[in-house]
Amino acid sequence: MAQPASRLSHGRFTPLKFLAPSVLALLAVGIWPTIFALVTSLREYKLTRPRSGFPFVGLDNYQAVLTDATFWETLARTAGFYLTVMPVQLALGLAIALMLHRPGWGAVRSLLRVSLVVPLATTYAVVGLIGRLVFNRDFGVANQFASWLGLPGLDWLGNPHGAFAAIALMDIWQWTPFCALIFLAGLSMVPNEIEEAARLETKSHWALLRHVQLPYLLPGLTAVLILRSADILKLFDMVFTMTRGGPGAATELVSIYIQRVGFRIFDMGTASAQAILLLVLTIMLSRLFIRVFYREIER
Amino acid sequence: MNPRNLGKMLHLVGLLALLAFTLFPFYWMVSSSLKEQTDLLAAPPVWTFVPTLSHYAEIWQDDTVSKALLNSLIVAACTTTLAIALGAPAAYALARFDFRGKKDLWFWFISNRMISPIVLALPVYLMAQSAGLLDTHLVLILIYLSFCLPIVVWICTDQFRSIPPDLEQAARLDHANQWDIFWRIYLPLGLPGIAVSAIFSFIFSWNELLYALVLTRSDVQTAPVIATSYMSGYELPWGKIMATGTVIVLPVTVFALLVSRHMVRGLTMGATK
Repeated sequence: MAQPASRLSHGRFTPLKFLAPSVLALLAVGIWPTIFALVTSLREYKLTRPRSGFPFVGLDNYQAVLTDATFWETLARTAGFYLTVMPVQLALGLAIALMLHRPGWGAVRSLLRVSLVVPLATTYAVVGLIGRLVFNRDFGVANQFASWLGLPGLDWLGNPHGAFAAIALMDIWQWTPFCALIFLAGLSMVPNEIEEAARLETKSHWALLRHVQLPYLLPGLTAVLILRSADILKLFDMVFTMTRGGPGAATELVSIYIQRVGFRIFDMGTASAQAILLLVLTIMLSRLFIRVFYREIER
Repeated sequence: MNPRNLGKMLHLVGLLALLAFTLFPFYWMVSSSLKEQTDLLAAPPVWTFVPTLSHYAEIWQDDTVSKALLNSLIVAACTTTLAIALGAPAAYALARFDFRGKKDLWFWFISNRMISPIVLALPVYLMAQSAGLLDTHLVLILIYLSFCLPIVVWICTDQFRSIPPDLEQAARLDHANQWDIFWRIYLPLGLPGIAVSAIFSFIFSWNELLYALVLTRSDVQTAPVIATSYMSGYELPWGKIMATGTVIVLPVTVFALLVSRHMVRGLTMGATK
């Protein structure tokens, strides 16, 4: 809520002077292209046939997209990817956070805490390149690990399930630290006295986690679930460099598919309609995010 | 061994295993960049080898990689500068003024974090094509603002709010105008937040692939685009690819380590601290 001390009187147009540059910039690079995409989505806009003059076709593109089985399969595959990586990232992230929160081995803990940043900052396209090397059929290290465990080698990237598993593993590597850092922040919010008192009451880590720490982890958990779903709808770089959506369409997530329709089939009208539908989905997600996290932002 | 020591040992083993898991792909990239081609193609892979810098020599032989790095640097630095110049004043207004529609404006800034680049890449490609801006630094710099500006606005607003309002009250008694107050009080005192947001915006711009792939042809291809371009043909030059990957990743890794304490804030737009 507004505290009188931090509220200053100001001329009516003062905020405008400070805000206008960035608002205009964001209108120009964000909203204006979106309007352009909206208009394109109402046209037949095939770059391979410029002679036809890109006529308006009403909602035909939307009808085509909504009845396009491939589009729905792509969305289902994207949802499947989310449901594959999230449980692992959450469980592993929580395990890391708990280990970092536990006292002892201070130097090793700080080292791990700092190295968690490395996957998060690694250029996504380079993560894809590393994935191509690690999961190579002949000289990849993934198959070497498999052989140590007595498992047969696999042509990871040449096989639909293998390729899906490979991009999921690279995503898990890159984004588990994100979950871990958020959970760690949640754990450190638990007041010390409460945690100490609870430790005297019970020896069970599980009881401590469930009754004392969990309430502090829930906001972070919700943030992770929403932000990761937006990120996976965006996911392009790593998958593109690793598999280009293949083999077949096994790893073609929604952003990869729209990119293919727009820039390899050159059907801008259809691709724009798909992009607008994706945008609607994203706006719903961000409304949800805002509702959950910034409710009391009256400041 | 008593249970307490056992727990302690398990803790250490777990920490070391996670450390190995977290750093392995990075280690594998760097070590592969130092292997001779025969070691790279050895099956199963070799873990000990005589290191060589030949792949690093190779990537500097022509100017493809150095030009791409320079392009990335130009684009990331210009975007960051522009994002700070435009975003910091807006953050000041959001932190200290009351006005109608403030909440909606705020939410609009934040929701840009969620938007998929492919949504903007299609129209921006068509617009840039008709304006003759394809394959220029300018188009990348402008479109990168769409994700850099929100992050700068968010982090700086948070930072400016923590500056005591009394300072501003005192300055007003001296009849300082609003711009002076922003310039002489908020910018210097908010420098830590500005630096953090600058580093984030640099990292995100440096790492971006989709826009760069779609909007460039040859002259301004950025480093991630070049790294991807080796991926054709049958026998891939893995040593060269991993050496290029290493020189791309190294600078941003250093930056990320500098802001490691703020990483979560940057990636969640401050929803969790």
